[in-house]
Amino acid sequence: MARRRVVITGLGPVTGFGIGIKPLWDAMVEGRSAIKRIERFNPCGFPCKVAAVLSEDQLIIRKLVPKSDRKATKVMCRDTELAVAAAGAAVRDAGLITKAIDPQAAPTIAPDRMGCHIGAGLIAADVDELTAALWTSRAADGRFDLRHWGASGMENLTPLWLLKYLPNMLACHVTIIHDCQGPSNTITCCEASSGLSIGESMRVIQRGAADACLSGGAESKVNPMAFLRQHFAGRLATTRDDEDPTAVVRPFDPNARGSVIGEGGGIIVLEALDSAEARDADPYAELVGFASTQSQCPDATGLEAEPDGGGIADAIEIALAQAGASPDEIDALAPFGSSIAAIDQAESAAIKRVFGSRAADLPMVTTVPNVGNCNAGAGGVAVAVAAKAMKTQTLPARLNTTGADGLNADAAPSCSADLRHVLVFTTSQGGQNVALVLRRMD
Amino acid sequence: MIDQNNNPRVVITGMGWITPLGHDLQSVWSKLTAGASGIRSITSFDASTFPTSFAAQVCDYDFTTYLKDPSLHEHATVNTQFALGAARQAWDQAHLSDGNGLDLRRVGIYLGAGEGVLDFDAYAKVDLAGWDPQVGAVDARKWAHAAYEAMDSHDEIGQEPNMPISHIAREFGIRGPACNCLTACAASTQAIGEAVDMLHRGDADVMISGGTHTMIHVLGVTGFSRLTTLSTRTDDPPGASRPFNRTRDGFVMGEGAGVVVLETLDHALARGATPVAEIIGYGSSADAFRITDMHPQGRGPAAAIRQALRQAGIDPLATDSDGRPSIHYISAHGTGTMENDSIETLAIKSVFGDNAPRIPISSIKSMMGHLIAAAGVVELITCVLALEHQIVPPTINLHAPDPELDLDYVPNDARSLKLDVCLSNSFGFGGQNDTLIVKRYEA
Repeated sequence: MARRRVVITGLGPVTGFGIGIKPLWDAMVEGRSAIKRIERFNPCGFPCKVAAVLSEDQLIIRKLVPKSDRKATKVMCRDTELAVAAAGAAVRDAGLITKAIDPQAAPTIAPDRMGCHIGAGLIAADVDELTAALWTSRAADGRFDLRHWGASGMENLTPLWLLKYLPNMLACHVTIIHDCQGPSNTITCCEASSGLSIGESMRVIQRGAADACLSGGAESKVNPMAFLRQHFAGRLATTRDDEDPTAVVRPFDPNARGSVIGEGGGIIVLEALDSAEARDADPYAELVGFASTQSQCPDATGLEAEPDGGGIADAIEIALAQAGASPDEIDALAPFGSSIAAIDQAESAAIKRVFGSRAADLPMVTTVPNVGNCNAGAGGVAVAVAAKAMKTQTLPARLNTTGADGLNADAAPSCSADLRHVLVFTTSQGGQNVALVLRRMD
Repeated sequence: MIDQNNNPRVVITGMGWITPLGHDLQSVWSKLTAGASGIRSITSFDASTFPTSFAAQVCDYDFTTYLKDPSLHEHATVNTQFALGAARQAWDQAHLSDGNGLDLRRVGIYLGAGEGVLDFDAYAKVDLAGWDPQVGAVDARKWAHAAYEAMDSHDEIGQEPNMPISHIAREFGIRGPACNCLTACAASTQAIGEAVDMLHRGDADVMISGGTHTMIHVLGVTGFSRLTTLSTRTDDPPGASRPFNRTRDGFVMGEGAGVVVLETLDHALARGATPVAEIIGYGSSADAFRITDMHPQGRGPAAAIRQALRQAGIDPLATDSDGRPSIHYISAHGTGTMENDSIETLAIKSVFGDNAPRIPISSIKSMMGHLIAAAGVVELITCVLALEHQIVPPTINLHAPDPELDLDYVPNDARSLKLDVCLSNSFGFGGQNDTLIVKRYEA
């Protein structure tokens, strides 16, 4: 039985370049990086002192939501702000009318036919907010007094404090703002979260439970707690004060020395082809394959990458089979490309297993050198860039990498290309892998 | 074998749980049908001054006894420990260990596991060390210095919600589709529903699904206390969780894990496995209403229930030849908050009409508290055990019925009755609604 076809009709990346596909795509084509020294907190105590962030004037959340939702912005953590900004950009890019765009008009997609699947991370509580409250419960010796906290200290936290940090709040705010009453889920598998969310939206549309979905992910680990955890997980480059922050991330480079965090992500509009055709939408691409797998990593926590990249290769092969595309029909790859050496190697091994001798020619689309590792949002950025590349038949520029072994990943300017199929894939901290195949609308 | 929607039939072939009432199916089932409470004073930290100082905790649990090689899981955090024990029980009941040429690339995992437990003592110490009272903010440099001294890297990394699936996959060699969702209190129900869809779609032959969670820790109890959603009946912990009671004053936190083995009926029969029940319906919706409140008419819950019924091909208004309603038992979300129990009742009435008062409804949260992300799976397993034993567990502490809530909540005593089809609801903060329908297995 033929499955319902699913297309991408809107792109809403949010990255260090700002909100929406235009600033991101311009930077990708021109070969710019948004990575710079961290100003949001003093990074001196951390080995990595750079990141890609949106400045305050790049994301003013009160201006991005309808008046009726402004009060809710007070309980949005940074991750939720990013998701709300991304969803708004995606809806506008797709030309959809939702409650947020025009509360009086009939929505393009009936609310109960509109789903929402958003990848989210482990959200760290705002350290200033929590510590200001904890500070009120110090004992005479300066140590924390739990009994005082339980009796009264905790009242210094705002009543809705917990709700800021539940991972499903990204999707909840987005579903409220855009009135999406269909299936809604929050996927929490580190860097695989966005790709898995996009795959779930595809399944939901295929099974007929929705006609369109807001789908992707967003995250900000640009805060001391999340930053520390990324360092503990061995994922961050150690940076020097005298080096160029934009040159730190070098995916597949023999001298790759770790990644850099970016805040951001991407939400796309996935839509049933029949729905898109009925409203004369102009899709970016069709999503024709989705697969996920689990790696058997050396450690049970999945921190260490599977050396042979077997799980990644399995995911790619299953997604290709589902797309009905042979490896020879893939025209470009958008891997994780994190610049974390062991993960680069696992991805490289997987690419070589699936594509054989073509691996050296297949052009890579890398985004982490430009926008950092957006974690749960990373796949959303990658899919947005891949979709735009297909629509414009243009490969973005690549930064920094030299001497990639057997892969077409070295720094190169943007160029035009015949892109019929693009493969987007990633592996996560934890060993979950996801692969998506995009096909040009012909 | 396909169902009425042209999908392969999906059955449960193994189940396991680690709960506040025990660590195996039969002993917990005995307690549930006896109306026992697992709620008592919190022992994992000094909660004596907190507005709520009690919960349903997992006791005397050693996860290493469930593992082939415990050293592989030395960094397993609490959620992961719960999940590993539940998964082992389910895996063994399904006889997956027998091998029989099981292709582990066709075995997937989809959990609704919660975030892990923060090492609060270390965290508070680091935060206070980093605080600059003059500025009224944390000095990140001082904070980092203290953090590298006091925090344990594995404890920190282990809080990622995907850690339980990573550990389970490693323990059992699973290489198929892998996912974790976290939709608050609806997570494990949603995970199971989506895992079933993946089996329908042919993405795997077997899916390990369920959830695991504890929020019985300082910031968890703090957060829910600030939201005023917890019962504060400190003078009577076992009587505190009283869903559908006029005097209900909030939910009681529980903790634990549940795991089910789902597989296509064809795959189960081909390897000689014994189906224990069939999943025939799943519905999922978002309230899209408010962050803090449910929609007053129960719009989202009703939509999820209707979707599940539609998939199952069940008419909620119909009765069978014995005059029975088409659903024989509802395992309610039934948290014991004023709002949930009222709105869930409204939603059930709006869907089932005249049949609603004739469907037994109960909440096992009255006995084992609210397992948050893991609540849905333990309630689904309860439905399967109810089908097996033809008994529904009671809602305990239901001595003062709420006149507004006029359905049959199976007060205080378990009830024997003829059961073929059960429905389980889970509703999460932020308006996440999920419903599953499970049926007694018939060839």
